Amino acid sequence: MSTQQVLGLRRVAIARRRPPRWHVHLHGSELAWALAFVVPYAAVFLLFAAYPIAYAIWMGSDPALYRELFDDPHYLEAAANTALFAGFAANIMMFAALLLSGFFMRRRWWIKAMLVVAMLPWALPAIPAYVSFHWMLIGDYGFLDSALWNLFGIDGPHWFNKRWLALAANMIAYIWKWLPFWTLIFLAGRMAIPQELHEAAAIDGASGYRRFLHITVPLLTNLYLISTALATVWIVGDFTASELVSGGAPSRTTEVLTTLSIHYAFDRSQPALGVAAALSALPVLIPIVVILMRRIERREVQL
Amino acid sequence: MALCGALLIWTLVPVYNMLLIALDPDEGETEFTGTLFPDEPSLNSFRAVVSQDYWYLEHFWQQFANSFYVGLATMALTVAIASLAAFAIGRMRLTRVRVLTNTALIIYAIPSALLAIPFIRLAQRYGLSDNIWAVIAAEVMFAIPFAVLVLQQYATIIPMELDEAARIDGASPWQVYLRIYLPLTAPALAAVGTYALLLAWGEYLYQYLLLSSERNWTVAVAIEQFFDADEAPWNYMMALAIIYSLPPIAVFYALRRYMAAGLTMGAVKG
Repeated sequence: MSTQQVLGLRRVAIARRRPPRWHVHLHGSELAWALAFVVPYAAVFLLFAAYPIAYAIWMGSDPALYRELFDDPHYLEAAANTALFAGFAANIMMFAALLLSGFFMRRRWWIKAMLVVAMLPWALPAIPAYVSFHWMLIGDYGFLDSALWNLFGIDGPHWFNKRWLALAANMIAYIWKWLPFWTLIFLAGRMAIPQELHEAAAIDGASGYRRFLHITVPLLTNLYLISTALATVWIVGDFTASELVSGGAPSRTTEVLTTLSIHYAFDRSQPALGVAAALSALPVLIPIVVILMRRIERREVQL
Repeated sequence: MALCGALLIWTLVPVYNMLLIALDPDEGETEFTGTLFPDEPSLNSFRAVVSQDYWYLEHFWQQFANSFYVGLATMALTVAIASLAAFAIGRMRLTRVRVLTNTALIIYAIPSALLAIPFIRLAQRYGLSDNIWAVIAAEVMFAIPFAVLVLQQYATIIPMELDEAARIDGASPWQVYLRIYLPLTAPALAAVGTYALLLAWGEYLYQYLLLSSERNWTVAVAIEQFFDADEAPWNYMMALAIIYSLPPIAVFYALRRYMAAGLTMGAVKG
């Protein structure tokens, strides 16, 4: 069983072909059918996405809300945490995924078996994963500190008593959950590189390191950038990791914008402030998304 | 080999930790004793969950059924709506609507928490507060843009001549969709269906905010409630979390070829 079969990745390469366009314009009943087919999609989009988005912008349109936000030290801390989280976690995760995907390219049976095991965090729902991290790191008797003590005699830190450690714990949990997914993406990207390139370079005497540098890196750059941008956007929007792993501990210093926004809205009954806190991330997110969509559009959304 | 070992430890430790806590024999309050192996491993907590033998777990089977209901309804609606739209846009070349599909992808960029607050207000306005269909609507909304993207991509490997020939033989667009498009895109439909199912099963924020009565909760919300108590039985919570993880893991490993193919092809929402 090849790695491609394990993952069913072969189609990625086939999908690159695009048929020419036959119909340029639709007429009469054709158009009516086509429109009818799109109606449910448009309805869902308008009712459950466009309308809430417009409503959110309306709720968060009062400038006074933003003055209130910037006067709140919790907000500034949450904004800083969000930036740190996105900056560190996205880049570490992508780099690790790139290296791991190279490891999984090797054609040995036990590496293929490893890949199946390594996919487990992705298959596991987010809540059990983060709950497990929470209990693994908590207090004196969490599994990690117990293991450090019993195996190596090291007295582990109290993870949720220091802001930096707690923030790191959230990041590690997030990376644990999503690393397999990005590894798979890069694995697909590497498999789409024609093997002949590597063979030709090898015949010319290029070492593994030079082949990586001059073949893999240039061909994966675009995918790597798209993935990093996408991961950044998703991390900024992630609620579950920060909420369940550290839960804001110690004393609400590890909140991110999303958790703060929900707490404003539902614990402090200030929904408009909550929406404003979330909206305040958009000036950073929208440029990333616009660049992302251009790149994706140009590449016909393929790896 | 060293990397392999490190990767195994990294992957399996959090999973092992779940088992360790769930196998703790204590009734009620669980003590963390700092052991690496359970002293007297016991399946008591699993028994408590499946027999609903604790007041937090009173509605377990109802909630389990709710999770399935949300997952399956999201899957069916996503596959139906997305395949119709992808057919119209990709195969019938309703080109102008492409703008709509691209705009819809922006949904992925918007923090779900941002949309959550107005969404809850709207659910109330639509008369869907504490209604499981509000959750289904939210999950479908999140699953659809990606599903359309994947289906459109997949359909490019099916020759247009098939559609052309059927049209010349007098088939209506509906018949082309039903007899040609659906059978030929079956693997991609399986991928997006699985994706929607797992998304709905694992999502937590909207389920937590939209559902207020215990009978309507999903398992995800039921796990969360343990956090609200100071002295909750954590072994019960972990047992619940493990049982909750089994269906998606089974689905994932059974269908991983489709999953990986479909998701990596469209590049991507986890």
